Amino acid sequence: MIKNDKKEVGMTLIVKTITRLTVGLILLFGIYIVLHGHISPGGGFAGGLIIALSFIHLMLAFGREAALKRLSEAKAAILESVGALLFLIIAVLGFTGGYFFLNFINKGKPFNLFSAGIIPLCNIAIAIKVGVGLFSIFIVLVILQEDRKE
Amino acid sequence: MLALFIVISLGAAFLISLFGRKSKVFCDITCNISTFALFLLSLNSLFVVRQYSTVVYKIGGWIPPLGICLVLDGFSAFMLVTLNLVSFLIAIYSINYMEKYTDKYKFYSLFMLMVAGMNGVILTGDIFNLFVFLEIASVASYALVAFGVEAEELEASFKYAVIGVISSSFILLGIGLLYAYTSTLNMADISLTIAQKGFSSVILFVSVLFMAGFGIKSALVPFHAWLPDAHPSAPASISAMLSGVLIKVLGIYSLMRIFFNIFGVTEVMLTILTALGAISLLVGVFLAIGQWDLKRLLAYHSISQIGYVVLSIGLGTPLGILGGLFHLFNHSIFKSLLFLNSGAVEYATDNRDLKKMGGLKEKMPVTSNTSWIASMSISGIPPFNGFWSKLIIILACVQADRIGLAFIAVIGSILTLASFMKVQKFAFLGKLNTTLDKIKEVPVSMRLSMIIFAAICLFGGLLLIPHLMEYFLKPAVNVLVSGTEYAFTVLGG
Repeated sequence: MIKNDKKEVGMTLIVKTITRLTVGLILLFGIYIVLHGHISPGGGFAGGLIIALSFIHLMLAFGREAALKRLSEAKAAILESVGALLFLIIAVLGFTGGYFFLNFINKGKPFNLFSAGIIPLCNIAIAIKVGVGLFSIFIVLVILQEDRKE
Repeated sequence: MLALFIVISLGAAFLISLFGRKSKVFCDITCNISTFALFLLSLNSLFVVRQYSTVVYKIGGWIPPLGICLVLDGFSAFMLVTLNLVSFLIAIYSINYMEKYTDKYKFYSLFMLMVAGMNGVILTGDIFNLFVFLEIASVASYALVAFGVEAEELEASFKYAVIGVISSSFILLGIGLLYAYTSTLNMADISLTIAQKGFSSVILFVSVLFMAGFGIKSALVPFHAWLPDAHPSAPASISAMLSGVLIKVLGIYSLMRIFFNIFGVTEVMLTILTALGAISLLVGVFLAIGQWDLKRLLAYHSISQIGYVVLSIGLGTPLGILGGLFHLFNHSIFKSLLFLNSGAVEYATDNRDLKKMGGLKEKMPVTSNTSWIASMSISGIPPFNGFWSKLIIILACVQADRIGLAFIAVIGSILTLASFMKVQKFAFLGKLNTTLDKIKEVPVSMRLSMIIFAAICLFGGLLLIPHLMEYFLKPAVNVLVSGTEYAFTVLGG
């Protein structure tokens, strides 16, 4: 039997293969939910969760490094603040029409993808905040777990 | 521009978390400027209320029963001034005090989030929105209590989080039932619907849920278990914030707003409020007097002073409400000052045990003198502000023919005096403890903030001068006295 000097990271080959096939689809589905938030069930929060889950999926299957290479902790922390600020800026821009949170963009035809004014933009901001926020919570818990092992 | 209260504080919180990692100066400046701006805005709101009496701000241009609205009336303006004054002075204090902790930007970020949550609770006219802001403020405070990350702090924070979540779920259940009963979330509209449908057992059940939920938030006696752990464990500026404004905004303000302005207050509720107030007053002070941990002693006194506020407002008379609200303001000033003093002592000596202190007056004149002023104020010694509000409370009890309550209030005040004599004797007066030779007075920002608080304690009684009262206290009292007319002023305006 060949001894691996490197510690085996992640789960078995089956899990890794399936993950490789599905993780992109999960991410795409999350983005779909976010972008269609104003015309179908779902929205920023649900979509953001699904996006975060795709990264967490990656981390479970391939180990911590694989996921952190794509989105590091520092970047996650910055993106989280950016998402929240973006949401606040959209709300404040409503002042241009006289009210906080005013839907100041042309609302378009109902049930079109490009409609509903600021709602899709709000959804995107929320998705960034929620997705990255959940991912950072997961990272923190994982790091805590690994620290305890050492 | 009511939305600015929320925009400024939230914006500051996220800007600090984005850029604060790089430079500490940026955090200090952003936090202080934004709290100062909020304080100026809240002072301005007093004049706005004087002119228009009630201002309704429609978020996104939606008409009130449909959309969320922000409501500024006398009571909210009063609470806004109290909150933003205290948070501004505490932000000054934190510049130097928080240096002893790491990750200062996280502290400022959470602090501003807590301020945003509380501003939102005070301003909102929508009951579910109130719940959301209440959660923002409490979740930020759970994290802040654990800020020191020692075993004791984590335990206190965990206990606080569990009890806080229980209270939030009571409140959420109450809001859910209320929504099922009235089919609306706007507070003014709920009030109108209840008036039309008449009183029913649903309202009674919801009242009980709210009483328990907000009672836990404001730490009235059967629900007080979290407070004596959470307050001492937090950094001193956060203890001051929790004790000074958080329990009042989340607990007392929401409770009074809902019971007086939405449900319309009844005799039964008033009796419950006075009873809870009287119990908290006595139990709090009896538990406090035996404590040797300085901050724990102060935490028990918070329970007792909140008892005064609730007892006095529970009398239901205009004079009682005036006394209660004035005491609420005064308590947030002198209790914040006392917690800042305890923080200064801890900063200098690294110790909160009264037995190990002594003679600090020689080494820390500013801390000891301001703490003397605050102690006299909390025990109700003239001419400090605490005396005037306690005087009104006792007069209101006598006027309402409740001599027993007046007696309890006097007893509470005497015991408070006794326990603060103990603090003064063991901590500041007497001979200097030999182990404390090397301590120094605290840095300038901490001294400045404590001196301003002490000045407000000294001159707080002047707020009762009729001309000043017209601006600050009278409109707040009027809102509570007029009760369910709130609905008509909000929806009509």
